[in-house]
Amino acid sequence: MLHTVNKSPFEKNSLESCLRLSKEGCAVLLFEDAVYGALKGTQLEATVVEALKSKKMYVLLPDIEARGMRAEDVISGVQTVDYAGFVDLVAEKATVQAWL
Amino acid sequence: MDGEGGVIKKFLYVNRKAPYGTIYALESLEVVLIGAAFEQDVSLVFIDDGVYQLKKGQQTTVDSGIGVKDFSKTYRALEGYDVEKLYVDKKSMEMRGLSTSDLNVDVEVLDDAQMADLMAQQDIILSF
Amino acid sequence: MAVVTANGKDVEVDEEGYLTDLNTWDEDIAKVLADQDKLELTESHWEVIHFLREYYNEYQIAPAVRVLTKAIGKKLGPEKGNSKYLYELFPYGPAKQACRFAGLPKPTGCI
Repeated sequence: MLHTVNKSPFEKNSLESCLRLSKEGCAVLLFEDAVYGALKGTQLEATVVEALKSKKMYVLLPDIEARGMRAEDVISGVQTVDYAGFVDLVAEKATVQAWL
Repeated sequence: MDGEGGVIKKFLYVNRKAPYGTIYALESLEVVLIGAAFEQDVSLVFIDDGVYQLKKGQQTTVDSGIGVKDFSKTYRALEGYDVEKLYVDKKSMEMRGLSTSDLNVDVEVLDDAQMADLMAQQDIILSF
Repeated sequence: MAVVTANGKDVEVDEEGYLTDLNTWDEDIAKVLADQDKLELTESHWEVIHFLREYYNEYQIAPAVRVLTKAIGKKLGPEKGNSKYLYELFPYGPAKQACRFAGLPKPTGCI
């Protein structure tokens, strides 16, 4: 199962609820404003590092770069994907839950 | 349109927004009502501010009200549409000081693991 | 916006003939709307029309035909809660036509 989050974790609790209500082994993709949750050095870093122990996490690189950050600013273990990678993730999972 | 010859799929509607500030809640409800014609295995979950959609005693149409339709009454019609599985997230309820007696329909309260399991069992998830 | 007149009272209807404001409804309006469909309303029609108004008042929606049929059956008995009976009363469709006479919006899910 793929979970997608597109809201900033500093504004909405979408990422928090997503991590709380998703199962081990699932995939979580952060895009649009949710990419701020994938960055090193924020208050959320520990939460994301914890989630990485049981879940696969992805972030859409074009949204990172658009916001003035680079791939090296992303928490290690969070995989960066391009648009084609986003499509592959959606295609390979049976269901997608969008945390709007 | 009654799923004749078709496989019955498990549909989950995930509701996470409060009722009147945005159109999400009403849109979700309309999709549920229209989708009910297809006679699939439908469940609704209410998470985060979505639990406020089911709050009892909403008053919107009185002269002094906000002047929109009180669609909280419509959740009570869902049973007639054979949509009978409504679930709320335990933590979202607790955080908001709500209990099931504050809601205007019968719901089942799910903890984190139960909610995650329910989502994982679905064929189709529609998120609002 | 089209207008329907009953007893000198004008009420607005949309392009499909449904009242734009259900509070403007009264029985005279229903009779005029039925007359447009060349239908004379009998007690049996009124029973369904009033049922629909009560349903709307309780749930804030016009029921889909399947739901209406089931609900009528529950309230008024199985001899009335079936498509044959309801289509005989409202040949253009019990949900669509009866809702229009009752001043309700077009049923959700009625395409």
